[in-house]
Amino acid sequence: MTTMQRLLQLPANAVNMVKSVQGGSQGQEEALSPVLTPDSGPQNWYNAVQPEELRHLRSGGTGGGGEGSEDRPGLEEGLTSLQSQPLRHDDLKEMLDSNKDSLKLEAMKRIVAMIARGKNASDLFPAVVKNVACKNIEVKKLVYVYLVRYAEEQQDLALLSISTFQRGLKDPNQLIRASALRVLSSIRVTIIVPIMMLAIKEAASDMSPYVRKTAAHAIPKLHSLDPDQKDQLIEVIEKLLADKTTLVAGSVVMAFEEVCPDRIDLIHKNYRKLCNLLIDVEEWGQVVIINMLTRYARTQFLNPNINESLLEENSEKAFYASDDEEEEDKKDEVAPLAKRKPYVMDPDHRLLLRNTKPLLQSRNAAVVMAVAQLYFHLAPKAEVGIIAKALVRLMRSHSEVQYVVLQNVATMSIKRRGMFEPYLKSFYIRSTDPTQIKILKLEVLTNLANETNISTILREFQTYIKSMDKDFVAASIQAIGRCATNIGEVRDTCLNGLVQLLSNRDELVVAESVVVIKKLLQMQPEQHSDIIKHMAKLIDNIQVPMARASILWLIGEYCEHVPKIAPDVLRNMAKTFTNEEDIVKLQIINLAAKLYLTNSKQTKLLTQYVLNLAKYDQNYDIRDRARFIRQLIVPTDKSGALSKYAKKLFLALKPAPVLESTFKDRDHFQLGSLSHLLNAKAGGYQELPDWPESAPDPSVRNVEIPDWSKCTSRKDRKEKKAEKPFYSDSDGESGPTESADSESDSGSGSESASASDESGSGSESGEETESEEEEEDEEEEKKKKRKKHLDKTKAKKPVEESTESEQSSGSEERKRGRKAVKNQKSASESESESESSESGDESEDESEEESESDTDIRKKKTPVSKQPPKQSKKESKKETQEMSLLDLDDFEPAPASAPVTPVNFMSSSLVSDLEGLSLTDTILAPTTITPSGSIKMYELLHRITGEGLAVEYCFSRQPFSPDPNMVAVQIQFTNNTNSETKNLHIEEPRLQCGMRIREFAEIDVLSAGESVTVVMGIDFCDSTQAANFQLCTHTRKFFASIQPPVGELMTPVFLTENDFKKEQGKLMGMNEISEKLTLGEKCVNEHVIVERVTATANLSRVPCGSDKECSTPPPPPAPVYRFAGKTVSSGCLVLVTVSTKEGGRAQLTVNCEKMLIGTMLVKDIMQALSQ
Amino acid sequence: MIHSLFLINTSGDLFLEKHWKSVISRSVCDYFFEAREKAVEPDNVPPVIPTPHHYLITIYREKIFFVSVIQTEVPPLFVIEFLHRVAETFQDYFGECSETTIKDNVVIVYELLEEMLDNGFPLATESNILKELIRPPTILRSMVNTITGSSNVGETLPTGQLSSIPWRRAGVKYTNNEAYFDVVEEIDAILDKSGTTVFAEIQGVIDACVKLSGMPDLTLSFMNPRLLDDVSFHPCVRYKRWESERVISFIPPDGNFQLMSYHISAQNLVAIPIYVKQNISFFETGSSGRLDITVGPKQTMGKTVECLVVTIHMPKVVLSANLNATQGTYNYDPVTKILLWDIGKLNPQKLPNLKGSLSLLSGAPKPEENPSLNIDLKIQQLAISGLKVNRLDMYGEKYKPFKGVKYVTKAGKFQVRT
Repeated sequence: MTTMQRLLQLPANAVNMVKSVQGGSQGQEEALSPVLTPDSGPQNWYNAVQPEELRHLRSGGTGGGGEGSEDRPGLEEGLTSLQSQPLRHDDLKEMLDSNKDSLKLEAMKRIVAMIARGKNASDLFPAVVKNVACKNIEVKKLVYVYLVRYAEEQQDLALLSISTFQRGLKDPNQLIRASALRVLSSIRVTIIVPIMMLAIKEAASDMSPYVRKTAAHAIPKLHSLDPDQKDQLIEVIEKLLADKTTLVAGSVVMAFEEVCPDRIDLIHKNYRKLCNLLIDVEEWGQVVIINMLTRYARTQFLNPNINESLLEENSEKAFYASDDEEEEDKKDEVAPLAKRKPYVMDPDHRLLLRNTKPLLQSRNAAVVMAVAQLYFHLAPKAEVGIIAKALVRLMRSHSEVQYVVLQNVATMSIKRRGMFEPYLKSFYIRSTDPTQIKILKLEVLTNLANETNISTILREFQTYIKSMDKDFVAASIQAIGRCATNIGEVRDTCLNGLVQLLSNRDELVVAESVVVIKKLLQMQPEQHSDIIKHMAKLIDNIQVPMARASILWLIGEYCEHVPKIAPDVLRNMAKTFTNEEDIVKLQIINLAAKLYLTNSKQTKLLTQYVLNLAKYDQNYDIRDRARFIRQLIVPTDKSGALSKYAKKLFLALKPAPVLESTFKDRDHFQLGSLSHLLNAKAGGYQELPDWPESAPDPSVRNVEIPDWSKCTSRKDRKEKKAEKPFYSDSDGESGPTESADSESDSGSGSESASASDESGSGSESGEETESEEEEEDEEEEKKKKRKKHLDKTKAKKPVEESTESEQSSGSEERKRGRKAVKNQKSASESESESESSESGDESEDESEEESESDTDIRKKKTPVSKQPPKQSKKESKKETQEMSLLDLDDFEPAPASAPVTPVNFMSSSLVSDLEGLSLTDTILAPTTITPSGSIKMYELLHRITGEGLAVEYCFSRQPFSPDPNMVAVQIQFTNNTNSETKNLHIEEPRLQCGMRIREFAEIDVLSAGESVTVVMGIDFCDSTQAANFQLCTHTRKFFASIQPPVGELMTPVFLTENDFKKEQGKLMGMNEISEKLTLGEKCVNEHVIVERVTATANLSRVPCGSDKECSTPPPPPAPVYRFAGKTVSSGCLVLVTVSTKEGGRAQLTVNCEKMLIGTMLVKDIMQALSQ
Repeated sequence: MIHSLFLINTSGDLFLEKHWKSVISRSVCDYFFEAREKAVEPDNVPPVIPTPHHYLITIYREKIFFVSVIQTEVPPLFVIEFLHRVAETFQDYFGECSETTIKDNVVIVYELLEEMLDNGFPLATESNILKELIRPPTILRSMVNTITGSSNVGETLPTGQLSSIPWRRAGVKYTNNEAYFDVVEEIDAILDKSGTTVFAEIQGVIDACVKLSGMPDLTLSFMNPRLLDDVSFHPCVRYKRWESERVISFIPPDGNFQLMSYHISAQNLVAIPIYVKQNISFFETGSSGRLDITVGPKQTMGKTVECLVVTIHMPKVVLSANLNATQGTYNYDPVTKILLWDIGKLNPQKLPNLKGSLSLLSGAPKPEENPSLNIDLKIQQLAISGLKVNRLDMYGEKYKPFKGVKYVTKAGKFQVRT
């Protein structure tokens, strides 16, 4: 223990040294300190004679608090740093050596304050390190701070503290274990690498997830300290990646990214788990995981836009070939499901997109950006649009955030202009924006400019040109130039505008305009010789070199358009040649050469003169140029073969410059990255790989059942309980531990369980139940468990019901209605029912249902997620089936599980309604009245014209969850032929401007006599224009067109009567259409009227509130019916009022901002009511 | 990730440094100073500065530059967002984030930074966890601490880090259980010369102050949730519930926090509460100008407009202003060229008017541009979008909490072009 001895000796040495120096410097210090420290007393810090306690009290008393006195020692440090080192820390050492924690703390605070100011406190190391075992937590923490800072410099002494941490690693308290590991791994001393390695390995299998998290944090530290440990560390990372807790996930992926970002194979098994945990991981971890998964997905999945890109190239063959390939990949997996839903996209790819989407709502800009880049790089073109809104939101944030976001928006807007077009105005510039933001916004505005919006943009630009910020004005002029080159229609307007700017008083503006005009003129010089003349005159006034050079170039290039002025300009320039900037000089030489070639009579001497001047110029470029040009143009005996071609060389037609965005092609860097921002590869940047040609084997992501769930102790599980994912829906991933947790949780009726049940809007509860069942399957004590399980579900149900009833009576009503149809099923039951809808009929008895689904699952023996106990080939089919079942939920609103015939349509819509409740994100308007009459089916393709394929469609009135602005159209295909019809899909939608179609996924096979129903979404842009497209089978293409009745363009809105009246008040005048009508014979009672109206238009009834007309017991003679809805696409309110009068007369009023819709709606409702 | 952090004030003094890995010499900041010099305005310092061996990512906040040093690829927003979080934590702890408070509390600042990052990777950023680890200073506590020698570091080890609800600590107890929600809406608008709206939208936030015992589970619902075009939430809000039912369901953090922010798009017509009639002109000769501004109420929904302030950034050549305000006071700062007219409450009967002459630098040409007007205002008891909180329900706890909702409308970036 030589080090220990040294340590023990050090203080003594120090004291000796102090004594020897003290005498000398004491006086000096006394003289200096009062000057810098106006408050009394601080010089006493150095008075060693002062009793310790007294000193301490003074320090507390004078500053009014411990914090107040802290900056004083700092001042002292600044002062005394000039003086001898040992002396100034003498008292600190003394304080550290004392028995009193308060003194130690005071000393440590002063030391930390020194460190914070960047003062050297390394000589205190021995005195500080002794206190590493101090009982006082704050002292201990500050010692840690010190240790981490200076251990690198004092490796030997730092070793002394190691044993303390090693002891801490064994502490029963997980937080102490974690903090010991944290400090131990932060000490950058190479000798302890083996100790660190051991500690990390141990902590990686600690019971506490917090300790495991700390272990993950320690991995990159050790890696940077000793890269040789990489292989061992990768093992630890692999182990931690398998961890199921949200706490660890973010940290371990961080470690993965630092240590072995190329080991993509480690991710396979954990991919699905990471996707599912994502929403519960803390925000910083989310960013890292999303970025990593973006790279992963690029290597594992196929390009979702591949079809489009190939279609663009118009190589149909390739298109079909790739399609076939894809199908082949899928076929063996999806075969049993082919009728229902063929997947083009890998379900795992979809899983990632779906699970990241809600994070666009995060408050953390970095998370939003990470999701945005993920969508940009991975999502199908049609889905990328959703990120625009979130990115525009970030622009409200701090200016630094704006800066980064705008850079990325600029890159995106080049590739996907349409995405940001609706938000054009959000990029308008305010005079208070910082210049760098202004210029980026300008870039985005320019990128977004097209024929339709250019006039508004140019009008904006005009205001910008008047700004006081000259850099910004220059950028605006350039932007105008770019718009002019890109959009031919406005070129002349822009040019005229720019020419007007030439008379601007500000020289910078003029100069920038000249440069831009030069570029524009190059496109069509013939028409604009007067502008060139005008500019030639400007050369006397403009001083900015770049502008002068531009004018000279223009005159030289187009000297034939200005034959009289050009020589004169050259004459003037020859006079000032020596005083010009280099760039101008070069252009003068060019001008001279060009004139010499075209008009040598007038300019021969001038050219000689200029070339002579240039010959003796200071700049060698200019000398070179002069020499070169002289040889080329002036014919001499020696002149080479080239001079013959001089004219061709100089007066060749130059292509006009293409003004491009500086952000073009920046998207080869991963967006949101530092490298993208700098447009240069930053250290440690991982390239975003290109999409693979064919997808790698997706089965690598299948997971065997993790063994640790079996072997870990009960105690371990108990600790797990705390980390049960809070919000993430457990679908797709319900690890055994989790379900074990929820089991015990709900058994004891604890709150967290009910909270999570609620959060999943019911959908979770069902699945959880299911996964619990699996769990039981695996457990040995089946009987006992099942009994318990039954109890539990029974117990759970009332809780659920009660919460739901509390939430809104409306939904309760609705539920009751549903119950009547569905034989009193509870929500959770219908859940599992829809899950296993294939397997059997609905059963009335609760327990029967229970056992049925139980056996059902046992048959399959596959968990919902992906953890088949033993993965065998036989099961693989079923497994994929399970997966796809899950995948249905978010993006395919009505999965249309079974072939539906028009007759039982109502019930099927109810089924999908129920599914809507559980699986999709549908919005339930509480008082939607489902029209009792069947929904009208329209024919899309007749059986005969369709050569046996009949297609009908209806407006299902379900919200189309992938895009709320779309109308859901339910399409039913019936194959009346004797052979299979394959590859049913939509092609070539021909749509009115603004309309969009979300196609249904391709139907692989429709066998003879079968029918299948799919749902597609169409955004009609609130017009009744038809959406035209081609319906394709593997053999034929049929033209089809869907025209919506006006009533289908809206969705119900729930309004109270007061709200309704308020809204109606806002929509008076032009927006109100009123018509008198006579009610039809059958329209006698309330019910019929309501039914007729709601059948015509997708509106919801506004309940009669406290208004007299309804509440009074005898129904008033003239009841008023109100209906409210909004248009699907733009969300304009549609308010309908039917007030009946005596004698079957009635007044119909429609209030809607969109008058066209209002008029059509009035017509339709009139017709419906008067029948 | 984040290697080091330097805090620098506007005069270029480096007053705090913290390193999470090996020490990086503060000379790296020279690159920052260079960029700072070039940028003229502190706003214009580029947030990312590449240097030969490092990258500097900087934010400017409360007159302090937070300069972080990073060495390898990292999403810049990650760092920027984190630095802002640091500044917010300081604000939370010391009431304000300024050079003085940071210097006064340097030890706490250091302890905070130590906890917030581990090896440059964010560790604990939730204020709830941090407050358990390091108690915020209060006058009383610092008095007690100096006498008894106890410390600011929490005695008990925080358990928040271990829970699945990291934003709330267990065992919260209040005698008065209260939950307050402030719906604050800001109007962002650009009006052109003639008063027509070029662009207008509403940005809203709901700030909450929740002091409830135990583990309450709250549900907040709106009368008209469809108004909300785009929302972002505190991590405590359950996305799924919002997606499906348009209610905000959450277990609240303890104390003050921002529950959500929302955006009401430009598609809905935004009510502009005031109109401005202005005439600012500069004469060709005589180096003077005239200014005449009148502000009047437009769509105020029957509420009074308060705290009305008009700010004008004058062109550089304007030397002084000789004006007469019928209401409120005006002040022209010849150094920053900012004319500030503080009107106060808007009286619809007698519209406030500011009128008078401007004198320009003699000999200078008349400015080309007219300055734009920035308006500040406040309307109490009104959410201009019409958003209304319907009800707040609490589950999971037995007691009856006191609930309150307040609405305020403010002007955000409200600019009138002239």
